[in-house]
Amino acid sequence: MAEKGVAQVWRRFDSIYNLIGTHCSNCGTYYFPPRLVCPKCRRKGKLEEYKYKGLGKIHTFSIVRQAPENFKRQVPYVVAQVQLDEGPRLTAQIVNIDPEDVKIGMRVRVCFRKITEYGEGGIIVYGYKFEPTMIVTGHE
Amino acid sequence: MVGIIGYGVYIPRYRIKTEEIACVWGEDGEAMAHGLRVFEKSLPGPDEDVVTISTEAARNAVKYAELDPKRIGAVYVGSESHPYAVKPTGTIVSEAIGCSTDMTCADFEFACKAGTAAVQACMGLVSSKMIDVGLAIGADTAQGRPGDALEYSAAAGGVAILIGKENPVATIETTTSFTTDTPDFWRREGEDFPSHGARFTGEPAYFRHVEEGAKALMKKTDTTIDDYDYFVFHQPNGKFPMAMGKTLGVPMEKLEDSLVVKDIGNTYSASAMMGLARILDIADPGSKIFMVSYGSGAGSDAFSIVVEDEIEAHRGEVPTVDDYIKRKTYVNYSIYAKYRRKIKALG
Repeated sequence: MAEKGVAQVWRRFDSIYNLIGTHCSNCGTYYFPPRLVCPKCRRKGKLEEYKYKGLGKIHTFSIVRQAPENFKRQVPYVVAQVQLDEGPRLTAQIVNIDPEDVKIGMRVRVCFRKITEYGEGGIIVYGYKFEPTMIVTGHE
Repeated sequence: MVGIIGYGVYIPRYRIKTEEIACVWGEDGEAMAHGLRVFEKSLPGPDEDVVTISTEAARNAVKYAELDPKRIGAVYVGSESHPYAVKPTGTIVSEAIGCSTDMTCADFEFACKAGTAAVQACMGLVSSKMIDVGLAIGADTAQGRPGDALEYSAAAGGVAILIGKENPVATIETTTSFTTDTPDFWRREGEDFPSHGARFTGEPAYFRHVEEGAKALMKKTDTTIDDYDYFVFHQPNGKFPMAMGKTLGVPMEKLEDSLVVKDIGNTYSASAMMGLARILDIADPGSKIFMVSYGSGAGSDAFSIVVEDEIEAHRGEVPTVDDYIKRKTYVNYSIYAKYRRKIKALG
């Protein structure tokens, strides 16, 4: 049986797996998710694919305690607006930290996680979430 | 010569103490922890599985090697907890690390040695010049039936190793394998948890295969214990590799640095590879490493590895095994049961 929504998710794999958006080389604006047209430059805009570095900071956040069915196992969890270093702001879960330790302005980096599952026998959707930057031995 | 041009690891943040599990089943936690030499184990978060763990480890490996992922010609993921029964883990991992479509990919399964089997496959492809670089991953979110002895050690983690010829950080001199039909541990299709032959997993299984694998490698390379600086054996618990070392006459100081099992448990397909990664994190150039993995069913893969000068140019770029071991938070058995999907009402 064909499963509803598979193609819709599949079309976004590039952007949700690897944080691929667009950059307008005419006005210098970065976009995420990717856009087909630069809303600032319109016809003069020159959009090219851009892979974000995956670093940013928490602009604002909320702790979710009443969750949809698919997310009940994760309660309580944090959903934040993350401001990427290149400019765009996106909504994502913050993981690898206790919710009470999350702070506005905290540095975060992208990580790869399971987003949701289409039921027990359905596809598993993977994509980006963010976590606090890690201490790396020997890194200056 | 073919070698490791990069490697990366990933260990989830969550830990549960052996004492916490023992308390639920009325066992003596302290005695259990000291008996098994496993004091705590890692477990995956509710949104982590072999795909996410493999991807994080692979991203670390690619960054460590400063490699354009489009040069990777093969992605093999060894695990016994692939999230899909049909749909390769490697396809998702390769897209998530930015590989090209011009590559081959497959999932491997050989209990705890699926990762090293993937390393051998990549070695073959690179040596025969069929591919430039191969990515071999060993990752697991191991299952242990509640109340079973395995529950104290079945853990989660992953190691990704890039195999190539250009400027390796460690050269793989040679590899040998020892394989038999030994039903010491298995999981049938559709079963949630594995079964095992209890004490049968020791003498005729782990010890025979690791010992024969080690002897075969020493015979092939005409070397002795004294020719190696570090030893890595598969770590189903802390007790087995220590006993193996004693049998083979390996001094404890050559073995203890690889024993990550006491802090994170048995990461199954990543187990021996995690020990190797820890050695690669600390070993001086010129050091010789002797590794034997073990997979139930049963078989062992033995490797003779030499650390190269190149390794010093790559350190400090990605988290080490110890960085991940230190990054932890403890959960109690209830949270563990929730995250590991042992509460069926939650689906």
